[in-house]
Amino acid sequence: MRRKIRILMAKPGLDGHDRGVKYISRALRDAGYEVIYTGIRQSPEAIAHAAIQEDVDFVGLSLLSGAHNELFPEIVRLIRKYGGESIIVFAGGIIPEKDIPFLKEHGVEAIFTPGASFKEVADFIEQNKRRLSH
Amino acid sequence: MLNRMEKIKKKKEAWETTTLKKVLERFPERKKRFVTGSWLDVDRLYTPVPQSEEEFIEKIGFPGEYPYTRGVQPTMYRGRLWTMRQYAGFGTAEESNTRYKYLLSQGQTGLSVAFDLPTQIGYDSDDPHSLGEVGKVGVAIDSLKDMEILFDGIPLDKVSTSMTINAPAAVLLAFYIVVAEKQGIPAGQLRGTIQNDILKEYIARGTYIFPPKPSIRLITDIFEYCAQHVPQWNTISISGYHIREAGSTAVQEIAFTLADGVEYVHAALQAGLDVDQFAGRLSFFFNAHNDLFEEIAKFRAARRIWAKLMKDRFGAKDERSRMLRFHTQTGGSTLTAQQPDNNIVRVTIQTLAAVLGGTQSLHTNSRDEALGLPTEEAVRIALRTQQIVAHESGVTNTVDPLAGSYFMESLTDRIEQEVWQYLDRIEQLGGMVNAIEKGYVQKEIQNAAYQYQREVEEGTRIVVGVNQYTLEDEKPDKILRVSPGLREIQIEKLRALRRMRQASRVKRALQKLEQAAHNRNENLMPYILDAARVYATLGEISNVLRHVFGEYQESIVL
Repeated sequence: MRRKIRILMAKPGLDGHDRGVKYISRALRDAGYEVIYTGIRQSPEAIAHAAIQEDVDFVGLSLLSGAHNELFPEIVRLIRKYGGESIIVFAGGIIPEKDIPFLKEHGVEAIFTPGASFKEVADFIEQNKRRLSH
Repeated sequence: MLNRMEKIKKKKEAWETTTLKKVLERFPERKKRFVTGSWLDVDRLYTPVPQSEEEFIEKIGFPGEYPYTRGVQPTMYRGRLWTMRQYAGFGTAEESNTRYKYLLSQGQTGLSVAFDLPTQIGYDSDDPHSLGEVGKVGVAIDSLKDMEILFDGIPLDKVSTSMTINAPAAVLLAFYIVVAEKQGIPAGQLRGTIQNDILKEYIARGTYIFPPKPSIRLITDIFEYCAQHVPQWNTISISGYHIREAGSTAVQEIAFTLADGVEYVHAALQAGLDVDQFAGRLSFFFNAHNDLFEEIAKFRAARRIWAKLMKDRFGAKDERSRMLRFHTQTGGSTLTAQQPDNNIVRVTIQTLAAVLGGTQSLHTNSRDEALGLPTEEAVRIALRTQQIVAHESGVTNTVDPLAGSYFMESLTDRIEQEVWQYLDRIEQLGGMVNAIEKGYVQKEIQNAAYQYQREVEEGTRIVVGVNQYTLEDEKPDKILRVSPGLREIQIEKLRALRRMRQASRVKRALQKLEQAAHNRNENLMPYILDAARVYATLGEISNVLRHVFGEYQESIVL
């Protein structure tokens, strides 16, 4: 039998707004996924290492401070550098519409902005899990 | 009295079996159960409850008198309106200085400084942790130099300044005091507030540095120093705002905030202070959400509970020590990114809640804050909302206008009861620090946040524009963008600062601070002030303390 989908939920940057990431983490867990949550104020290095060590399929990033353009691409870069080629990265937070194309170009595959529902996140995971190699 | 109550009760029963019953048979109510925004049951109709004159005086009483249910001032807004205080700050000290002068020119009566996250966590702009965060959610302050620019041309004896700063509050307060010295203004004339509330950082807000014990020592050092040298300064703003933003109920907001307050009072007493020496300078900070009556009742209940705690439990004699004075901010988490103009209406309701609840100062959020930092135009509308409520709505003409409403008094009592239950529970857990370390407080909040979001997703809780009355194609809104390259500007300023200052004096001041930090009997404020005066940076001062105190590790609760 295929193993459960593993998802790392991470909060890079320095903001402490963890209501959204905790809600999504818990809802994903209730929906039957394996969820690991890093806690707040994690460096790009720490997140990339955790993604590899925990052997996850997805990484979800949450950031509300506005530092996404600097931090998200760096995290994707480090995940790839440490060998997580097939890990799928998505993100959420206060992210202006205008920044989304830039982030997608840098490997963040989906971005959920304020008002997005859990169902949209769950649909994204379901639609993309078949791309995974195992 | 009893006879009168008996009559009303009979009449109500008759109404229920005739007038009401007929209507309910033909037109059932929309829902089986009606609740407040925080799930407190609401009855169809409230009627007089038996209450003696003594009970009235004891529970409701008169404004400006114990238990302050009706407000802390005898005349409230008939005497002076609340302070309209918009939280602002972004980019460099120069840019924020311009915004403050603009706000003051628009009739704002106090300043409220938003610092960027590196500043709030005691990192200089050139620290690797600061990547991407410099100047984003507030102004970047690395040293006294930046603080001099921030308040350039603003006479510090004429404005009151609130600073949202917690873990390194002592350092930013020191910068402020030294800027005033340079303007020729003695510390005794300074008015303002530092947030300085570390416990809610562990619970909800996240900008902690040190573990609880040394953090609380810094707080009591500030209490003691300010009691002697900066007597008009509010030394702490015990904050429920962020607890509510994290998803708590209204009851939890009050309960956990007052429990934090109890912990600080205990700590100050243990440090040898007399309760009336510092308690009058404690202030509070609450949220205002959309459920109008629940919010008003919440504020009234909070004042009553705090007055009782201070009088009965801590034996405060000074009336000021028993008064719960508070700042309010409208609820950021109630704003929607969808149809952002609707937020102006939400903020108006929340403004009414704060004012009818007797707030001392108010920040109104801007319509565009679910999208990013607010534009100047949006900030102006938010300030105008307060001005319209103040000058056009008429709600300021009498004190505590909703007192005596059967519903309002019942809801105030209900919230009070539930808060006392939480306070007892926290006491059983060994106080707030223990309750936080065990994750109890975080778990309670998260459960409420989870239930709320479930209801939104299931559509049982309607959020206009989000899960009902939505629009297909929304035009993207104008948003404020912080100029890129800020970090480089700050790093350049830091380089120049390090060249300009006398390295040996900085080194000596930091060494003395380190020695003092090791000795619990030393008050750290004078040492931090000395380091500030010779232009030691915020990061350097914080790192000395990190070295001695260690850093806090989050207890993750899911």
